[in-house]
Amino acid sequence: MVSDMESTNGNGNNQGSTHTISLLVENKPGVLHRIASLFSRRGYNIASLTVGPTERPEYSRMTIVVRLSSKTVEQVVRQVQKLIPVVEVRELSPQDLIERELMLVKIRTPEKNHAELKALAETYEASIVDVSPESLIVEATGNAGKLDALEDRLRAYGIQEICRSGRIALERGFKTLAPPALK
Amino acid sequence: MPAEKMTGAKAVLKCLEAEGVEYVFGIPGGAILPIYDALFGFKSLKHVLVRHEQVAAHAAEGYAHATGKVGVCFATSGPGATNLVTGIADAYMDSVPLVAITGNVASSLIGTDAFQEADITGITIPITKHNWLVTDVRELPRIIKEAFYVARTGRPGPVLVDIPKDIQNAEFEFEYPTSVHIPGFLPPVREEPRLADAATLIQGSTRPVIYLGGGVRTAGAHAEVFAFAELIGAPVVTTVHGKGAFPETHPSCLGMFGMHGARYANYTVQHSDLIIALGARFDDRVTGKLSTFAPEAKVVHMDIDPAEISKLVTATVPLVGDLRTLLPQLTEAVRKAFGAKGRPDIKPWLDKVAGWRAKHPLKFTQEGQKYILPQTAIDVIQTKCQGKAIVTTGVGEHQMFAAQYWKTSAPRQFITSGGAGTMGFCLPAAIGAQFGRPGELVIGIDGDGSFQMTSQDLATASEWKLPIKIFIINNLFLGMVRQWQELFYDNRFSETPLADCPDFVKLAEAYGCLGLRARTMEELPGVVDQALAHNDGPVIIDIRVRRQEKVFPIVPAGAPLNDMIDGE
Repeated sequence: MVSDMESTNGNGNNQGSTHTISLLVENKPGVLHRIASLFSRRGYNIASLTVGPTERPEYSRMTIVVRLSSKTVEQVVRQVQKLIPVVEVRELSPQDLIERELMLVKIRTPEKNHAELKALAETYEASIVDVSPESLIVEATGNAGKLDALEDRLRAYGIQEICRSGRIALERGFKTLAPPALK
Repeated sequence: MPAEKMTGAKAVLKCLEAEGVEYVFGIPGGAILPIYDALFGFKSLKHVLVRHEQVAAHAAEGYAHATGKVGVCFATSGPGATNLVTGIADAYMDSVPLVAITGNVASSLIGTDAFQEADITGITIPITKHNWLVTDVRELPRIIKEAFYVARTGRPGPVLVDIPKDIQNAEFEFEYPTSVHIPGFLPPVREEPRLADAATLIQGSTRPVIYLGGGVRTAGAHAEVFAFAELIGAPVVTTVHGKGAFPETHPSCLGMFGMHGARYANYTVQHSDLIIALGARFDDRVTGKLSTFAPEAKVVHMDIDPAEISKLVTATVPLVGDLRTLLPQLTEAVRKAFGAKGRPDIKPWLDKVAGWRAKHPLKFTQEGQKYILPQTAIDVIQTKCQGKAIVTTGVGEHQMFAAQYWKTSAPRQFITSGGAGTMGFCLPAAIGAQFGRPGELVIGIDGDGSFQMTSQDLATASEWKLPIKIFIINNLFLGMVRQWQELFYDNRFSETPLADCPDFVKLAEAYGCLGLRARTMEELPGVVDQALAHNDGPVIIDIRVRRQEKVFPIVPAGAPLNDMIDGE
């Protein structure tokens, strides 16, 4: 699930650099609503949000990317921590971050360009996953910077649709975001 | 307790019984009928039938404020539930422990726009600590146990449990859990409290001020605060919810500061070099313009909610924890620091504060006035009550006059809507407070506009013969708004004059209450005496005051805290 929400009640919190917040939440109905509601009410702009299952079925992991000042991010983390279905939350340190995003790009282009596109895709370790006479779909994974670069290169060929998953992330090394009882 | 077969509805009542609930405030309706049916003849729980669900929530708040226990209210689905919303929001802003239980349409109808259906859990997400929609009757006891635990634990606040009608009717083996396990609630504080750092700041401060908020009342830390304040000897200022956290009759206490604080209280905060904030959250009504707030002050901020630390004013030393356990540790650390390095000389600072106090007292002059001043009315009531009453207020000028002039010396004696500023709070809160503290004198100080927002519940007060006394400081205006129009909107009194209607004396009588009126200074003392002597049911006292009287001083919105406007 991805979202690219614009804050409607911007309170000046939205200037700043990109921060990645990782949450371990109870896998229950309405949890996403509670978290999205908190961000919206306090005027924290979400750049991307992903949620998916974890190693334990009773918990889901959310990765939320925000563009905020460091001070505000501390506030976000403390506010989010107060939500009862949120078992753990932490800002992942940028140095130790392994982050990935998936992108699908549909390009409308004559067949004669396909070989060229295939070569371009290979440069970015991307692949062509669908081909028809008038169009093809490129699939790529990587960090946001790499996908942005590929997107730029593909633009010349006529992008019809882009779907990006939003970022998922883990920290390098042994540190985890496991629920306290499991540590 | 062995398991016992019963319906969900009966189980709700058994849960409340197990939680020690004495009173529930509410109104029945279609989707909560099974619970009310179970209530019929249920001996160990008293239900107070109110006339509007907003009153149910505020009365539960009043009860909670007055007793420190969790307040409980019931409402049906749809409009019943949405009418609770104002009270729930109020409880959220003021950290009042409240459990709201709502009926909802049957599970099979949820999401179909059924009659009287509202997504009340969705609606109350931003104004509750947590809420639950019960989808399986077997989870009901655990959920209610958790609801009470969450409402009262840590920083208290409201929670809501929404129970569809089929869940209320479903039968199951009831057993009330004995313990609670909520993995995501109250994560342990990771850092050791920096008590030595805080003590060093205090030891090095020559212009300290202690700032007390509602957290002192919540924590029941009055004795701990007193011991701390006595050791430091610093001036003490409070928020409106901090009233009673420290005796206002004590020479160190400067009373409320902020938008309508005394000039000397605001000057003290603005010129301090150290603010020791205890159970407070630097609300905009106390800080004024944030960028100019106490420019030279370092801040020691102690609060149970880590999200309040450095939210608005950056804490030099944050101390996260329960005041009642953490503050004595700080007191001890300060005592040690004083022992090792000596006490700072704060005498010149105290002299300066005393000077401000002498030069800019809170004052009003009744002499020469044709009409009763609101301040005089409050002063006379206070004198006649010998300061012993539990006071509830509405919201507006009367509330600020009461906050300025009523000297509160004990905890849980001044009950008001602070964060949300909910007009109509006074009467319901007085009802709840009187149920919570039956033998004590409960008075309301209300405004004519505020009173009319919930006045239908005089019926409730009358039915139960509650000896509450509601003093309406009547200026025939929505006075606080009118005051802003006079000061900041060029005297354009848009929709603030109120008609001289209803006749509050007749209204009181229509509800079977005693109605009294004072129009002149000559009448006032006798009328107050008469009101206080009447204990056979509620009294409504219509005090006609000078209409143009305004609350001074005032810090205009967005102005620095020391930039105050005074009276005529």
